[in-house]
Amino acid sequence: MAMVQPRSVGVRRLGAHLALICFVSLIVFPLLLVISISFREGNFATGSLIPENFSLEHWSLALGIPWERTDGTIVQPPFPVLLWLWNSIKVAVVSSVLILMLATTSAYAFARMRFKGKEPLLKGMLIFQMFPAVLSLVALYALFDRLGQFVGWLGINTHGALIVASLGAVALHIWTIKGYFESIDGSLEEAAMVDGASTWQAFRYILLPLSIPILMVVFILAFVMSIMEYPMASVLLVDEHKLTLAVGAQQYLADHNQRWGNFAAAAVLSGLPITVAFLICQRWIIGGLTAGGVKG
Amino acid sequence: MYTTNASRGLPRHRSRYLTERYTRWAMRGVIAVLVIALLWLVLAFHLNGQWMFALLFLVLGGSLGVVFTKRTLMSHRYIFPAVAGLGVFVIFPLIYTFGISFSNYSSTNLLSEERVRDQLMSQTYQEDDAAYNLALYAEGGLVRLLLENETQRWMSSPLNLDNQETRQLGLQAASSAPASEALPMREVIQARSALQGLRLITPDGIELRMAGIRQFAPMLDRYEALDDGSLYDRRDDRVLTPDHTIGFFVADNGEQITPGWPVNVGFSNYTQIFTDPDIRGPFMQIFVWTFVFAALTVVFTLAVGFVLASLLQWDQLRGKAVYRTLLILPYAVPAFISILIFKGMFNQHFGEVNMILDTLFGVRPEWFTDPWLARSMLLIVNTWLGYPYMLLLCMGLIQAIPQDLYEASAVDGGGPLTNLFKITLPLIIKPLTPLLIAAFAFNFNNFVLIALLTGGNPDILGASTPAGTTDLLVSYTYRIAFQDAGQNFGLAAAIATLIFLLVAGMSLLNLRLSKVKV
Repeated sequence: MAMVQPRSVGVRRLGAHLALICFVSLIVFPLLLVISISFREGNFATGSLIPENFSLEHWSLALGIPWERTDGTIVQPPFPVLLWLWNSIKVAVVSSVLILMLATTSAYAFARMRFKGKEPLLKGMLIFQMFPAVLSLVALYALFDRLGQFVGWLGINTHGALIVASLGAVALHIWTIKGYFESIDGSLEEAAMVDGASTWQAFRYILLPLSIPILMVVFILAFVMSIMEYPMASVLLVDEHKLTLAVGAQQYLADHNQRWGNFAAAAVLSGLPITVAFLICQRWIIGGLTAGGVKG
Repeated sequence: MYTTNASRGLPRHRSRYLTERYTRWAMRGVIAVLVIALLWLVLAFHLNGQWMFALLFLVLGGSLGVVFTKRTLMSHRYIFPAVAGLGVFVIFPLIYTFGISFSNYSSTNLLSEERVRDQLMSQTYQEDDAAYNLALYAEGGLVRLLLENETQRWMSSPLNLDNQETRQLGLQAASSAPASEALPMREVIQARSALQGLRLITPDGIELRMAGIRQFAPMLDRYEALDDGSLYDRRDDRVLTPDHTIGFFVADNGEQITPGWPVNVGFSNYTQIFTDPDIRGPFMQIFVWTFVFAALTVVFTLAVGFVLASLLQWDQLRGKAVYRTLLILPYAVPAFISILIFKGMFNQHFGEVNMILDTLFGVRPEWFTDPWLARSMLLIVNTWLGYPYMLLLCMGLIQAIPQDLYEASAVDGGGPLTNLFKITLPLIIKPLTPLLIAAFAFNFNNFVLIALLTGGNPDILGASTPAGTTDLLVSYTYRIAFQDAGQNFGLAAAIATLIFLLVAGMSLLNLRLSKVKV
C-alpha cells in the first residue's frame, strides 16, 4: 500500500473505472452480438442485442435437427457441425495423448540424465519450433500423399495423417514438463534406484505420479492447440464429412452464400466449451503459453 | 542428475520378476516389428523411385534399431520418439522444401518421368478414315451389332443392351447382313450409353469404339516408343524428344506435351522472384506489407496491453479479477471462431460495423474491396486478438517492479504518466524484448488470420501468380502452392525458403537476447 496519495485519487479511480468499462464493452460486444444473432430469425436479421423475434431455428440446425418454419417449409441443416466437432475432438484427444507420451519421456531424459548432444538437441528443438508449419505444407502434402500409397490410414484425407503430423510440435511441451521435473527433488528417485528400481521404474512409479498436475496442463494445452489447428487440416482434409471444425466453420461465411445466423449458433455451440475450459484452466495454460510465446 | 547403469558400464542383470522379463521381450518385439515396417516402406519408396522418402525412412528405421539395441544409448531411448517426430515432420519438410525450390515441381510437372511416359503410352486416338457403319438387329430379346465398311464386315454375338457397363467383346467375320430389318435410328439412340461402353475387338486384334451415333472406329495407340527414348506420335506424324532441362516431351516446332515431370532447374525460381516483373512487383509489395503488419500489430497490442496492465496493477482499483477475466476473453475464444465473427461483422451489406457507422456518420466503408480499408480491418481484428497476450506478459513483469520506486516518484510529485513512461516502461522493456520478437515472428507468419478473414483479397492487378494486397508472405506462398490451377510448388518452395531464412534469423536473435539456459 502506497503511503503517499495525491488528493485527486477519487476522481482518477472513477475515470479508470469508466475507461475500463467502456473498453471492456467494446471488447465483449462481438461475442455478445454472436450469441444474440444465434437466437434471431433468418440469416440476415438485424436488430438490438436482445432479439425481438426470438427463434431457436439456428440452434436446431446447428444440432442437426431439421427445422420447420411457421409457413410450413422444412429447413435442412446446411453442414454437419456436430460431426465436425466430433472429428476435432477425436483428432485432438488422440494427438494430445501421443504428444503427452512423447514429451514426458523426453522431458524425463532431458531433466534427469546426462548424455551426448543434450544441449544442442534442446536448443535446436526450440529453434525449429519457430518455423511455421504453413511453410512446410508442400513437403508435408507430398509426404502424406506418397505414404498414402502404401499405408492407407496415413494418406491425404485421413485423420491419421493429421494426428501424426502434429507430433512434430512437442518442443514447447518438453520444455514445460522439463521445468517441472527439475523442480522436483531427484533424491526420491535415487532412493528408489538404490533399492533396486530400474531407471524406467523410478520414472514410472516415483516421478510420474508426482507430476500429474503438469501433465494435465500439457494435455489441455496440446488439446486446445490441436482444436485450433487450421493450416495443416485445410490441406490434408478434403471430404466434407472428414473436416475438423476449424476448417469446416468457414464454409458458413463463403463469399457467395453467407449464413450469418447459422454460423452464430454453430460458433457459440462449439466455441463455448473451449472458451469455458480455457477460462477454468487459465492459470496453468497462460503460464505455458506466455513462456513459449505462441498463440494460434 | 544421474546416469544409467549401462553408461556406467555396469552389466545388465536378468530381472527377478517374470512379468518384467515378459515386458522386456514384448518391447523388443514391438521395436523389431517397427523396424521391419519401416524397412518395408524404404523398399516400397525405393522401388517407386522416390529416393528422398526412401532415405528418410532408412534413417528413421536405422536409428530406431541402433538406439534400441545399443545399451550405451539407454538415455537416448527416452528422447528418440520426440526427436523422430521433430525430424520427420519439421526438419525433413524443411530440407524437402529447400530441395523442391530448385525444381519445377508444379501441377503440370507432377509425376515422375517414367509415369509420364506410361501415361502418354496409354493414350489412344480414333482413326476416323477406317470407321465402320453400325446397324443393330434384334434377335429374341437381345441385339446383334453389325459393323461394315467398304472392305470388311463384322458381327457381334447377341447382346443385352440394358447392361451399360464398360465391357470387351469379340467380333466375328460375317458374310452377309442378317435377314431381318435393322432397328430404326430411334432405338439406336436409346441404346447409346450402352454402345459407348462397348470395346469391340476384331479378329485381327484391333479395338473398336463408338465414334459417332452410327459409327465405330478403331482405337490405336497414339505413341510408339523409339529406341533413343523419344516418342513417335502416330496421329500427328511427328517425333517427340524428351527435354531434360524443362521436363517435357517437345515436338520439333517447340510445342510442349503435358504432362511433364519435375526436373532440376537450378536457381531459376529464385531469379524469377527477383527479376520477373510480374512476380517481383507483387512479391516486394507483399514483403513490405508483411513487415508493416507484424510491426504494427506488435506496437498496437503492446500499447493496449501495457496501458491496461498498468491500470489493473493500480492498488486503488477494485474488481480487478472481473476486469481481468473479461479482458482476456478474446484469448480464450478459439481464433478460428472469433476471426469468422469479425468477417461477418465487417460485411459490407449486413454487417453490424457498417450499420453502426451508417447510423452515426452515414458512411458504409467497403472493408473487403478497398486495399487500405482491408488492411486497417486486419490490424483492428489482430489487435483485438493479440492484446490479451501482451496484457498477461506486462502484468507479470510489472508485478516484479519494486513498489518503493513509485513511492519515491510520488514524494517527488510524479503523476501517473511520469510513472508509466519513466519507471514502468523502461523496467519491463528489456525482459519483454525476446517475447516481442517472438510475437513479431508469429504475426509475420499469421496465416490463419489472413486465410479466414480476407483470403488475401483484394487482388493485386497484373500479377502472374495469385497475389493479394492483404496477403502475407506465408499466405502468398500457400496460394501459389494450393490455390487455382497454377499450383507452382517450386516457386512456393523458393519463397518459403526465403521466409525460413528470415525466421531463422529472428529466432537466433531471440535466443541470444533471452539467453536460454539449458
